[in-house]
Amino acid sequence: MPAPTPEEVKGLVGGGAGSPVIRKILDSDILHSFRSSKLTMVAAVIVLLCFLGALLAPWIAPFDPFDPAKVFLSDASIPPVWQQGGDSRFVIGTDDQGRDMFSAILYGLRVSLAVGGLGVLLAATIGITLGLVAGYMGGRIDAIIMRIADVQLTFPAILIALLIDGVAQGLFQGLPREQSAIPVLVISIGLSFWVQYARTIRGSTLVEKNKDYVHAARLVGLPAPVIMLRHVLPNVIGPVLVILTINLGLAVITEATLSFLGVGLPPTQPSLGTLISIGNKYLFSGDWWIVAFPGATLAILVLAVNLLGDWLRDALNPRLR
Amino acid sequence: MNLRKYLLAAGAALALSVALSPAHAVSLRYANQGDLKSLDPYTLNETTANAHLGHVYEGLTSRGKDLKVGPGLAERWEVLDGAKRWRFHLRKGVKFHNGEDFTADDVIFSADRVRATGSNFQTRVPKGAKFTKIDSHTVEVELESPNPIMVAQWDTWYIMSKKWAEANNAVAPTPAAATTPSHSSLNTNGTGPFRIESHQPGVKTVFKANAAWWGKKEHNLTEIVFTPIPNDATRVAALLSGEVDVIEPVPVQDIARVNSSNTAKVLAGPELRTIFLGFDQIRDELLESNVKGKNPFKDVRVRQAFNMAIDKETIKARVMRGLSTPSALMIAPSLFTHSKDFTSPKFDPEAAKKLLADAGYPNGFEVGMDCPNDRYVNDGQICQAAVGMLARIGVKVNLNAQPKAQYFAKVLKSGGYKTSFYLLGWTPGTFDSHNVLFDIHGCRADGSPRGESNLGGYCNKKVDELADKILVESDPAKRDAMIKEAFQITTGEFGYVPLHQQALSWGVSSKVELSQRADNSVLLYWAKKN
Amino acid sequence: MLAFVIRRIMQSAAVMLAVALIAFLMFRFVGDPVNQMVGVDTPQEEVARLRQSLGLNDPTIVQFGRFMWNALHFDFGVSYQFRQPVTRLLAERAPATLELAFTAAAFALVVGLVMGVYCALRRDSWLAQLFQAISLIGVSLPTFLIGILLIYLFAVVLGWLPSNGRGQVVKFGDWWTTGFLTASGLRALVLPAITLGLFQMTLIMRLVRAEMLEVMRTDYIKFAKARGLRTRSIHFGHALKNTLIPVITIAGLQLGSIIAFAIITETVFNWPGMGLLFLKAVQNVDIPIMAAYLMLIGLLFVLINLLVDLTYGLVDPRLRIAMRS
Repeated sequence: MPAPTPEEVKGLVGGGAGSPVIRKILDSDILHSFRSSKLTMVAAVIVLLCFLGALLAPWIAPFDPFDPAKVFLSDASIPPVWQQGGDSRFVIGTDDQGRDMFSAILYGLRVSLAVGGLGVLLAATIGITLGLVAGYMGGRIDAIIMRIADVQLTFPAILIALLIDGVAQGLFQGLPREQSAIPVLVISIGLSFWVQYARTIRGSTLVEKNKDYVHAARLVGLPAPVIMLRHVLPNVIGPVLVILTINLGLAVITEATLSFLGVGLPPTQPSLGTLISIGNKYLFSGDWWIVAFPGATLAILVLAVNLLGDWLRDALNPRLR
Repeated sequence: MNLRKYLLAAGAALALSVALSPAHAVSLRYANQGDLKSLDPYTLNETTANAHLGHVYEGLTSRGKDLKVGPGLAERWEVLDGAKRWRFHLRKGVKFHNGEDFTADDVIFSADRVRATGSNFQTRVPKGAKFTKIDSHTVEVELESPNPIMVAQWDTWYIMSKKWAEANNAVAPTPAAATTPSHSSLNTNGTGPFRIESHQPGVKTVFKANAAWWGKKEHNLTEIVFTPIPNDATRVAALLSGEVDVIEPVPVQDIARVNSSNTAKVLAGPELRTIFLGFDQIRDELLESNVKGKNPFKDVRVRQAFNMAIDKETIKARVMRGLSTPSALMIAPSLFTHSKDFTSPKFDPEAAKKLLADAGYPNGFEVGMDCPNDRYVNDGQICQAAVGMLARIGVKVNLNAQPKAQYFAKVLKSGGYKTSFYLLGWTPGTFDSHNVLFDIHGCRADGSPRGESNLGGYCNKKVDELADKILVESDPAKRDAMIKEAFQITTGEFGYVPLHQQALSWGVSSKVELSQRADNSVLLYWAKKN
Repeated sequence: MLAFVIRRIMQSAAVMLAVALIAFLMFRFVGDPVNQMVGVDTPQEEVARLRQSLGLNDPTIVQFGRFMWNALHFDFGVSYQFRQPVTRLLAERAPATLELAFTAAAFALVVGLVMGVYCALRRDSWLAQLFQAISLIGVSLPTFLIGILLIYLFAVVLGWLPSNGRGQVVKFGDWWTTGFLTASGLRALVLPAITLGLFQMTLIMRLVRAEMLEVMRTDYIKFAKARGLRTRSIHFGHALKNTLIPVITIAGLQLGSIIAFAIITETVFNWPGMGLLFLKAVQNVDIPIMAAYLMLIGLLFVLINLLVDLTYGLVDPRLRIAMRS
């Protein structure tokens, strides 16, 4: 086997060979492989539960942790119900402000998944668009886009988020973080993760654009955007699903890390990451539940998402099975 | 150099470092959450930096473990002409670390340097004070107007060597914004009990004991190794695992854990810094509020309602874990003898609600709040708790908790006092009420330093008059009576919401004996390590 | 060939220019450096004077020009916080970060390789499943949480390893310090290196596994098997050798991001490196340090990429042909 080009190697990190995904999903093979893997099914159920919990948080959470009038400081740092000093109202205890941990985790999931999901979608939109254009147009446009990708790769997500946060602070001076945090985080994540999509899509597009159906479409006289969107896109979108899934986990971790470094969501509107960074302060002091439950939730969620991503990659790449 | 030579060199260095370490070296390792940035003693007036440099440099006066002013480089002084003329008798036989003698010339040089452009300590010496050398060890200071508390902050006005500064092009103080490195920001030459051997800002600073120090040493150390460890958890872990001997601060939630270990304990006590909430009561319309056309904080009933809505005891119990002293005044009780005559308004949310309704806000209102989240002990949590308590009287507070760099840039004078409602902490640098009345209660006016840190613009001419009288009054009883009168006015008008004095909490290894000073200066020249 | 090299170098220079522009423009808008440097009671005229002396009143384009000119001379000005030349501050801290990053990378490469090969060859063994599980946990836990947990377990509860700093270091030449030569230095390196390398380790493990599986299915391995070569020689002589090239490439490409991600690890372990310096600079709006650090990371990445591309150009015949045309 000849050594792959750098582009191919870089593409491998995201993984997955490209082939039309819709057909694949309908393929009973995939459903079969899904049913045959218990771990994958468990992961899918966990992810589903997390999404449901996040969506339905206002209805199923016993308290509203975002309403300061309903949070009582005198309830602060109550341990879980099975420990001495527990309170039956707060099954897994309260945080340092007296918020019910269970409710806070549900609402935190909501924020984390919203930030992660929107961020990843933004990344995919930017990446797919630029990748298609770069691959299809080629030449100078391709070079410029891929150089931008290089520049952007210079800065990992954390750095980009710090930068965007700084710029946002400069632009909206005095705007409370409660209002600015979510858009800033979504943009940070969107701008940090688009390169992978662009590179993958560009690679597949380079292959597809020399195929007969594209030549045919061009001969018929269809405009380039139409060919790209209607004809090329469906044939190159496959790997994007895998990257989307894996990136969702990464995006949630990125959000948590930013909160740890102090540029994420404020403690008045905690995401899972903020809850962990609040709890982190109490790790040594014995109030283990403030960090343990959000930490475990985050780890299990990301783990399940990654398991799904792994399975999806293997399922879409039959040679690896 | 090839690899083999490198390895040889490394081996030799290793052998040397082992061979050279003296048998009875006592090294005290100290970690603080903040850095020591500039070594120039006139760059930044900040408690932590002053304490660090206080090991190396000394003032004409000193403050003891109980904060009492005592002799320093001046053995004694006389106050003449009703505090308009002061005569200082300097200590003889004192040498700087480079061997030069300390003389009156150094004092006069330091007095010029501390008032020069770029110094952050210009207020240490009154404007227009004239320093005259009487003989090699006597200096006289002549003032334009009497100032009986002139030496109150002189323990942190450190005396530098004239010859050394001139020889090293360090005559001008290093401004906080220096664009070129200066000799004095990277090197020191003091008279103190320690000298700095190496200084890598943000990483490590090594102090070595000064064998030729003039005083009677109370420590048994050969060196102090200072490391900044900003992360709370890491700092505590380093203390517990014995990697450092002293840390400041111990986060309040970890105090129990440190105390329950058998390797270290927490030295705790009330600090002199008062944490309080302030209102913008000078603008006609608040910058961040849904009330338009008027400023609700101009109404004394609204300020009273806020005072009654905040439950200081619960903040003490839950946020500060018992380690704070709820305060009725804007100054710590130990700094003002009549403090016990004042009590906080009763915590009563229902009465507060009624006051708001009387003031025309039966459904409360919305207001933005600025809060630092890395400056004071649990500052972010205090603000969050205040948000919850105010929510229960119908006031919706939009909290903007931010790092201190952004916070101070927004709310201070240089940022245009852009705040409606804020949390701040204040330690009077003179350890005296006049500073509190002048700096944070005085009416703001252009071109005057009065009220410079009065971010909300509280103003009462009577308080200003009293403050001016208090400055020059030398009879303690009369003075205290006037201070009491002033504080009765300010608390009667609910100018602020004083919250508490936060606790000092130093983590100290059980091998170390240390005395704690209430201004939170960690002074290791009083430390013994076994 | 020469044209290709020159073109790639030109492209790299353009990338660096863009990085510099971004670094400069963005940081021009973060906070106000003057407020960081004055006390509560600094008079207004003093503030204005500072502003003037720092050149903050000049037009933006002039400031950028000055920035670029100085950057080309490795002059990034003086840190607002430390009043020392930024270049010197970074140089002092570079050894700490580089030693940590290389140790983490070596750990990731060696352990990842071993685990990956094992997982590919013994796909269904319980150990392979365990490795797979560990790799998933490695990417699922945030770095800072792993670091805190390691500190809690090994430094606080067990007391085996130090929780912060570099231990005792030995000085080399003018500015290089190393922790490799003392026992305490090596001990201090363990936890941060594992924390920092864990993510890359799982990445390499997964890559090696996938590549090995791919290679094992290729025809020449089948031929080798058919020819009756020993399994060991097939696995390590042929399959692994072909896997190594992309793996080492990835490891190289990841080095830049390891150094950048050291920000988090260095914060948790109070490791006196460039990442900690950068984070403190961000918190204190210390523009010169931030700009220099970004340029440094950018330069590092561009150089690594350039090196990888040129190496490929030399070894890959397909690319050589493409270059000629």
